[in-house]
Amino acid sequence: MSVLVDKNTKLVVQGITGSEGAYHTQQMLEYGTNVVAGVTPGKGGQLFMDKIPIYNTMRGAVEKTGANASVIFVPPAFAADAIMEAAEAGVALVICITEGIPSLDMLEVHEYLKKYPKTRLIGPNCPGVITPGEAKIGIMPGFIHKPGTVGIISRSGTLTYEAVHQLVEAGFGQSTAIGIGGDPIIGTRHIDAVKLLNEDPKTEAIVLIGEIGGSDEETAAAYIAKNVDKPVVAFIAGQTAPPGKRMGHAGAIIAGGKGTAEEKMKALEAAGIHVVKSPADIGKKLKEVLG
Amino acid sequence: MQVISKPKKLLRMKIHEYQAKEILRAFGVPVPESKIAFSVKEAEEAATEIGLPVVVKAQIHAGGRGKGGGVKFAPTAQDVTQYANDILGMTLVTHQTGPEGKLVKKVLIEAASNIDRELYAGIVFDRASSKVTFMVSTEGGMEIEKVAEETPEKIVKVAVDPAVGLQAFQARQMAFALHLSGDALKNGVKFFLALYKAYMGTDASLFEINPLVVTKEGDVIALDAKANFDDNALYRHKDILALRDLDEEEPMEIEAGRSGLNYIKLDGNIGCMVNGAGLAMGTMDIIKLTGGEPANFLDVGGAASAETVEKGFRIILSDQNVKAVLINIFGGIVRCDRVAKGVIEAIKNIDTQVPIVVRLQGTNAEEGKKLLEASGMNIIAATELRDAAEKVVSTLKIIKA
Repeated sequence: MSVLVDKNTKLVVQGITGSEGAYHTQQMLEYGTNVVAGVTPGKGGQLFMDKIPIYNTMRGAVEKTGANASVIFVPPAFAADAIMEAAEAGVALVICITEGIPSLDMLEVHEYLKKYPKTRLIGPNCPGVITPGEAKIGIMPGFIHKPGTVGIISRSGTLTYEAVHQLVEAGFGQSTAIGIGGDPIIGTRHIDAVKLLNEDPKTEAIVLIGEIGGSDEETAAAYIAKNVDKPVVAFIAGQTAPPGKRMGHAGAIIAGGKGTAEEKMKALEAAGIHVVKSPADIGKKLKEVLG
Repeated sequence: MQVISKPKKLLRMKIHEYQAKEILRAFGVPVPESKIAFSVKEAEEAATEIGLPVVVKAQIHAGGRGKGGGVKFAPTAQDVTQYANDILGMTLVTHQTGPEGKLVKKVLIEAASNIDRELYAGIVFDRASSKVTFMVSTEGGMEIEKVAEETPEKIVKVAVDPAVGLQAFQARQMAFALHLSGDALKNGVKFFLALYKAYMGTDASLFEINPLVVTKEGDVIALDAKANFDDNALYRHKDILALRDLDEEEPMEIEAGRSGLNYIKLDGNIGCMVNGAGLAMGTMDIIKLTGGEPANFLDVGGAASAETVEKGFRIILSDQNVKAVLINIFGGIVRCDRVAKGVIEAIKNIDTQVPIVVRLQGTNAEEGKKLLEASGMNIIAATELRDAAEKVVSTLKIIKA
């Protein structure tokens, strides 16, 4: 067991012929991900790497291949459209890697997706989702992961890799690592990802990585306090970030005194979560907690 | 994230009051008649054109200008001359500028309004509900954060349904909440509907009208205006992008942006260069926890080539406070051996005595470390994050001793 993706996931790559899409499709194939199709409007009928069929539309790809997930590598101006096309075609999981989608576009997407409750969006502006040993959908380096029982949820890319690395060094593999994305409007928030991992019998512990901005970590903390018995270790990035400055991610900003690391850490601690101050202590803390 | 990001324009786009008012005017939001002036002469001409009395307002990217002496009521022509003289060229210090203040290079000459009441109106994107949300309050002229803290019941929020946009009944809700009546009620409803159009039409991320005034004649007008925009949407608003004022930004942050780097200057003495925003924040945090002070946030992104690493070095070292540098790279798409080559090249080209700690992990980390060792350069290698932070902080202790 795992969540969201596994060896049975049949993946479509939207934007498969672009340089990012092509590169990461190769990487995903090497990892063993079941890539069944690509979509690039106007290139339908061609083959990617002589074996993966390319379609003009998501509908076409889904009808012909029975794909149930998509990953999006199209440029920011066209990414919102790509997400909606995927939902309309009926895939259950849409993972949007693209960074830099305008907020108002995502607002429309958010509204549109309400009509498609069976479709879950991960991201945008995220590294993707990996179930080690089964499927990697996204841009994370596959080789640093090991199959196991710790679920990871994170708003960041390389900080997630850091956490994975520390877990492996401490002797823990991962059930599924979910990069939820660094934007203010994302399809799957901390709380949603926590629910998924909490219900997964294979996941024995959860690592939650947040950062300054918004209040999604606090919302997740309230849910965890009531509903989650699995141990949770958390780190919040940006304890030293100044207010009013956007720290790289569009969503990482302390605005009007709200969204500070301190507030989030307090809320998480109050929920019985093991909060580490140092990003170097994630693996160590999990080892202490799990014994 | 490093993928599919356009050449970065991470410029936290803000504009001046006079520019915000031009945008509002274009969308039919009532603002006082005004003219921008870059000299005393232009200020005098503007006042003559508009007609006395006027208000002379310093234009900088910061609030609290009135308290700092940057906004003056000028009933006579002599007053206009004197205040324009005083304000143009002054270094205005407000609670938002920091103690160093900001040099005023232009003033807005604006028709004085016959103010009856001062109110507040703002539009933000509310992350928790994922909705564009209006905030209005009878407490005009005050900082809204303060009102939210002390008397939250005085802020009325109206969330806009993204499917249909702001409705007239919602505009009426706000107008009634502000106790508007008669002409002011009608004008208030029109004001909110126009303000919403302006927000959506410009891909704004924040509008703040403080104060929103009701005049004795029953007009509802934006006496002050603050507007911020969504950086990610500027590609479709070239007119707004053109309003960027480089004088109002940190020079090294502009320089970094041109090279696709995301740099934010801080007050400490340990420079850091990291790939990825989350890890960059985490690296700042661990420097602090280990007893050091981070000098900056710097995300080199996914394309950490020799050129970008060298550029990053130059930017970090341009800050005279920097006494040591920590490079923390977790290779994913980025290969650590390439980063190592970049670091070696950069140090060759930049003559610096500052100790440099390099931590490489992930893709091709071993190859990278070997390259650094073989270079014969004075680079301190680290493998784990904790180790890297301890090493960079301890170099400072050695210097002090």
